[in-house]
Amino acid sequence: MSDVTQAFHRSQMIPAREPPRSQRGAWKWMHENLFSSIGNGVITVVTIAIVLYIVTLSLPWFLHSVWNAKSLTECRTIIHATWGENAGGACWAVIHQNWNLYVFGFYPIAQYWRPTLAFVLLLVALMPILFSHMPRKMIWFSAVYPALAYWLIWGGTFWIAVTIMLGFVAGWLALRVATRLANAPLGVAAAVLAAVLWWLFAAGPVASGLQHLVPIRLPFVASDKLGGFLLAFIVGMCAIGFSLPMGILLSLGRRSDMPLIKTTSVVFIEFIRGVPLITLLFTASFLLAYFLPPGTTFDLVLRVIIMVTLFSAAYIAEVIRGGLAAIPRGQFEAADALGLTYWQAQRLIIMPQALKISIPGIVSTFIGLFKDTTLVIIVGLLDPLMGITNAVRASTLWNGIYWEPYIFSGVIFFIFCFGMSRYSMYLEGKLKTDHR
Amino acid sequence: MSLAEDRPDSGFRLSKLVYDSRYRGYTIQALFLCALFIAIGWLLSNAAANLARLGLSPSFDFLWNRAGYDISLKLIHFTNDSTHGRAALVGLVNTLFISVLGCITATVLGVIVGVLRLSKNWVVARLMTVYVEIFRNVPLLLWLLIIYAVLTAVTPAPNAYRGANPSAHMWFWGSVAITNRYIALPAPMFTHSLGFADLGIFWISLDFVALVAVIVAGVLINRVILRRASRIQEATGKRPTTWWSTLLLILGPPVVLLFALGLHWDFPALKGFNFRGGVLAPNSIFALWFGLSAYTAAFIAEIVRAGILAVSKGQTEAAHALGLRPGRTMSLVVLPQALRVIVPPLISEFLNLTKNSTLAFAVAYADLGATLGGITLNQSGRALECILLMMLIYLIISLVISAVMNVYNRSVRLKER
Repeated sequence: MSDVTQAFHRSQMIPAREPPRSQRGAWKWMHENLFSSIGNGVITVVTIAIVLYIVTLSLPWFLHSVWNAKSLTECRTIIHATWGENAGGACWAVIHQNWNLYVFGFYPIAQYWRPTLAFVLLLVALMPILFSHMPRKMIWFSAVYPALAYWLIWGGTFWIAVTIMLGFVAGWLALRVATRLANAPLGVAAAVLAAVLWWLFAAGPVASGLQHLVPIRLPFVASDKLGGFLLAFIVGMCAIGFSLPMGILLSLGRRSDMPLIKTTSVVFIEFIRGVPLITLLFTASFLLAYFLPPGTTFDLVLRVIIMVTLFSAAYIAEVIRGGLAAIPRGQFEAADALGLTYWQAQRLIIMPQALKISIPGIVSTFIGLFKDTTLVIIVGLLDPLMGITNAVRASTLWNGIYWEPYIFSGVIFFIFCFGMSRYSMYLEGKLKTDHR
Repeated sequence: MSLAEDRPDSGFRLSKLVYDSRYRGYTIQALFLCALFIAIGWLLSNAAANLARLGLSPSFDFLWNRAGYDISLKLIHFTNDSTHGRAALVGLVNTLFISVLGCITATVLGVIVGVLRLSKNWVVARLMTVYVEIFRNVPLLLWLLIIYAVLTAVTPAPNAYRGANPSAHMWFWGSVAITNRYIALPAPMFTHSLGFADLGIFWISLDFVALVAVIVAGVLINRVILRRASRIQEATGKRPTTWWSTLLLILGPPVVLLFALGLHWDFPALKGFNFRGGVLAPNSIFALWFGLSAYTAAFIAEIVRAGILAVSKGQTEAAHALGLRPGRTMSLVVLPQALRVIVPPLISEFLNLTKNSTLAFAVAYADLGATLGGITLNQSGRALECILLMMLIYLIISLVISAVMNVYNRSVRLKER
C-alpha cells in the first residue's frame, strides 16, 4: 500500500482520442445528411434507386454514341455493327455534320470569319463591362463595338458604321458647346437635335463620300441568311444591350412627379407586360409595316430586335422599380440637401444602389430574354431549336432524328443561361457592402 | 427652397419655364405631349395611308363570317360552319383551360420541389436543385418539343395494342392507353344520369353540376360547424371534436350522390384501328400541360423557397418558446408570413404561364394564337384586327389577374403605425 495522501495526478495530457466512428468523416456526413431518421433513410434509398434507374436506362444510349457518319441510317448501321443488333445509341454525327447550320444558319460559308470575329470581339468588348479589374480604356472599344458588329455581320460599307458612331460624337460635342453657352436642359436638347440631324441628313452622304475616297466594304448579307445560335445571339445581345438603358428610363418615368410622363410609362409597361411575346413578334412581322410610311421595307430581324427590346425593357423597368422602392427616402432627401440636380442624384446616388439591389432580377430577365429568342420561329426566322432542327430533319439524310438536336441546343442554352446566373451571383457578392 | 420662397415673388416670367424647377415640369410635359401626339399622328396617318393603298378598312365584321375550318379540341360548340368569332372563343377557352390546369399542377409541383429543396436530406435537396436549374435555364419551347416528341415518337401506335399478343400494354390495369396520337382515358358514366343542359355555347353535364353543388354545400355546412366549434372554444376553452363531422360532410354527400347516379367507368377499348369509348385526349394537351407545369414549377419552387427562407428564424424560435408544436408553428406563424412573400410573385408566375401557353404552336394545340392569330388571320387576311384583338384579350386576362393580386396585397399588407 502506498501513501494515501499522495493522490494520483497526471503530469501530461492524455492524447486526444478520435471521435467515435459515427461522428467523423464520411460516416458523420452520411448520418447527418442521408440517414438522420428512418424515413429519411428510406427517401434517400428510393431517390438513389430512381436516379440509378434513369442513369442505367439512358447511359447505354450515351455510351453508344456515333460522332462520324453521313446520315442517320449510316449511324444506325454503325451502332448495330459495333454494339449489337438491338443496341440503341446517340447519333451526334447530326450535330457534327450540321454544325455550321446550327452556329451560322444559312450565312455564306466564305464569310464565316465575320460572325466569328464579331463573337471574339464581343468577348473583348464585354470584358470591361463584366469585370471591373480590366483596364478602363477598354470601355471605349465596348462603346464602338455595336457599330463594328453591325458592319461585320450585315456587311456593306464600313463608313456607315463610322458615321453612325459619329452621330453620338456630334451629340456629345453639341452637349458640351450648348451647355457652356446656355444651360444644361438646352444642352441636352441640342445634343439630341444634333445627333438626329446628323443621322438623318449628314450620315448617308458623308458615308458614301468616304466610301468613294477610301473604299472599305464587305459583301452584304441579307437577314434571312442569319440563323441558328448566331441569330439567337444577335437578337439576345441587342435586346439586352438596348433594354437596360430603356428600362432604367421607363422606371424613372414611372416614378416621375410629372403625371403625363408617369401615365405614359405605366401604360407602356403594363401593356407590354400584359401581352405575350408572340403577339409582339406577330406585330413585328405583320403590323409594323402598316405603321411606317408606305413603301418602307425594313429588315425583319431588325423589327424583331426592336420588339424584343421593348418587351424586355418593360420587364427591366419593373425590376428596377422594385430596386428604387427599396431605397430609403433619406437617400433622395440627402441628394436634394446636397443640391444635386435630378440627373446628378440619379447617376451618383440613386441608380448605383437601385441597380445593385436589382441585379438578380435584371439578370433573370436577361436569361428569360435569351431563352425567348427561340420564339422568333413564329415569324419564320431560323431559331436554333425549331427552325434549324426542322431544316435538318427535313433532309432525307436525317429524317427521323429526335433527341440529339434537342439535347445539343438545350445544353448550349443551359451553359449560357447558367453562366449568366452564376455571374449575377458573383456580381452580387462583389458589390455586397453590408456586413452580414 | 425656403430661401427662394422667402424672397418676394417677382411674378411669372417666361424664363421660369426653363429655369424654375416649379415650372420646368410643365415645359417638359408640354414638349413630351407634343412629341407623343406627333408620333401617334404619324403612325396613324401611315396606317391610314397603307390601309387605303391596300384597299382595306379596319373592321371586325369578319368575326361573323363562316370560319370553314375544324378545330380538333373544342370545349364549346363548334363546327366548320361556325363563325370566326366562335373560333376565337374556342381558342380562348382552350387557352384558359390549359392555363388553369397548368397553374394547379405547377403550384402543387412547385411547392413540393421548393420545400424539398430545403430538405435536410442531401440527395433530395441536390436532386431538386438539379431539377430547378435544368428547367429554369433551358427554353420552354425545348421542353415542349421534347415532351411532345416523347409522346409522339416513343409511344406505340394504336394498332400496337391489337391482337392476342400485342406489343404494347395498357397502363393501370388496362384502363389507360398511351398512343402516339392520343391518350385514351376511362370516362365516368352514370346509369341514372341527369342528362345534359344546353347553355347556348356548350353542353354541361347536370351530373357534374350536381356533384359540384353537393360538395360546395358540404363545405359550407362544415364551415358553419367549425365556426360554432371556435365559438365554444372561445367561451369555454374546450373545442368540440369536429374531425368526424368534417369528414362526413366533405366525403359523404358526393359518395352518396355518385352511388345514386350509378357511377361506372367507360373503359377505352380497341375497335379496328382506333380506341373507342372513354376519352381520347390528344397528346398536344398533355405535352403542353406537362411542359408548362414542369417549367413553371421550377420558378414557383424558387419563389416558395425564398418565401420560407424570408421568415426569420426568430419567428420559429419564438413560436417554440410559446409552446406551439411544429405543425401549429408552421400553420400559424411561418406560413402566414411566408405567404405574404410568396403569393404576389406566384400570381405573376400564373400570368407568365398563361402568356407562355401561346407556345402551343409548337405542339399544335388549338389555343387563341392558333385560331384567332393563326388560321383566322391567314384566311381573312385581317392581320391588324386579329393581332389587336388577341393582344386585347391577353391584356384583359392579365389585368384581371393583376387586379386580383392587388386586392390580395392590400389585404395582407403589414399594418404599420
